Amino acid sequence: MDLSNYLVLAAILFTIGAATVLLRRNAIIVFMGIELMLNASNLMFVTFARMHGDLTGQVVAFFVMVVAAAEVVVGLAIIVSIFRTRRSASVDDVNLLKN
Amino acid sequence: MVGAGEAVLFWCLAPVMVVAALGLVFARKAVHATLCVVFVMVCLAVLYVANEAPFLGIVQIVVYTGAVMMLFLFVIMLVGVDASDSLVETIRGQRLVGWLLGLGLGAVLVGVLTRVAFPEGVGLAEANEVTNPVGLARILFTDFVFGLEIVGILLVTAALAALTLTHKQRLVPRVGQKEMAASRVAGGGSLVPLPAPGVYAQRNAMDVPALDAQGRPITASVSRVLRIRGQERGAPVESEILGLDDSGAPGRLAGPARRDPADTTEEES
Repeated sequence: MDLSNYLVLAAILFTIGAATVLLRRNAIIVFMGIELMLNASNLMFVTFARMHGDLTGQVVAFFVMVVAAAEVVVGLAIIVSIFRTRRSASVDDVNLLKN
Repeated sequence: MVGAGEAVLFWCLAPVMVVAALGLVFARKAVHATLCVVFVMVCLAVLYVANEAPFLGIVQIVVYTGAVMMLFLFVIMLVGVDASDSLVETIRGQRLVGWLLGLGLGAVLVGVLTRVAFPEGVGLAEANEVTNPVGLARILFTDFVFGLEIVGILLVTAALAALTLTHKQRLVPRVGQKEMAASRVAGGGSLVPLPAPGVYAQRNAMDVPALDAQGRPITASVSRVLRIRGQERGAPVESEILGLDDSGAPGRLAGPARRDPADTTEEES
């Protein structure tokens, strides 16, 4: 087995996350797709760090985790406040600017 | 190259992870999708540890499965577990285009990764010499100090943003116990609790109305739900109770005379 297998797994997970963002309508599930993409990129960073013998990749993965945590807090707060006013968590119902 | 044990670990975890991640696309309920993602995160933590990043593995468990995904579960609980996807396509052909783009992205990424020749893995044995967290900290607090401070500010800002976004402004004055009592007195009606069902009746079941002093059933004593459903049982009305008039005196229709309690005591003794 080669280290590039990890990279292929990360690419597949990233693709699934992107497909989730494109296909699902529930805002929370779309959000989880974004989380999956961030995690796939983290796996890639960690694998590259091991491949090159340099810990900087792991530090960058650490930063990605912190920023993802902050992003989750703000995003879920937005979802909750939209749900309060519109009684819906579907991304299709937020079309105030459409007409 | 990696050892045989790690290869076995990888080939056990990777297919399961991909299946669980696909659950995110196909799961009908948001809770199931969340649990699938939690599983993927735990597997990723194991893979981090296998990739000589034990610190990140633990942070992954604590931050992602412990905090972030549980936050997701809380929000699903708030927003409503049954908030399922609408199947109406608002943009025509959007689903098909989504599938095409997703598959295309996967094909491009996997194609590129399998064609590139990567250097032979160096491994982190040298970098992790003093233990992995120490090595990470040396880089974090020398090369990335400024980034670390920016990230700290970002976290504080995010916490403030969450507070202000979910803050609910009070549009009407708060209704406390005092206001509730005042409105109840002003509105008339019964100030005391309603009578309990079954009291003074022959049974004390929930569906039997209580009897008042004249022996008439009090409808309000039975739960409103039971009354609406029609599950209220009639009060056991004795013929002699029916015979009493409003003042409580025996009327014309009074049944057979009750046995005097004095008689029974005499018989027993």
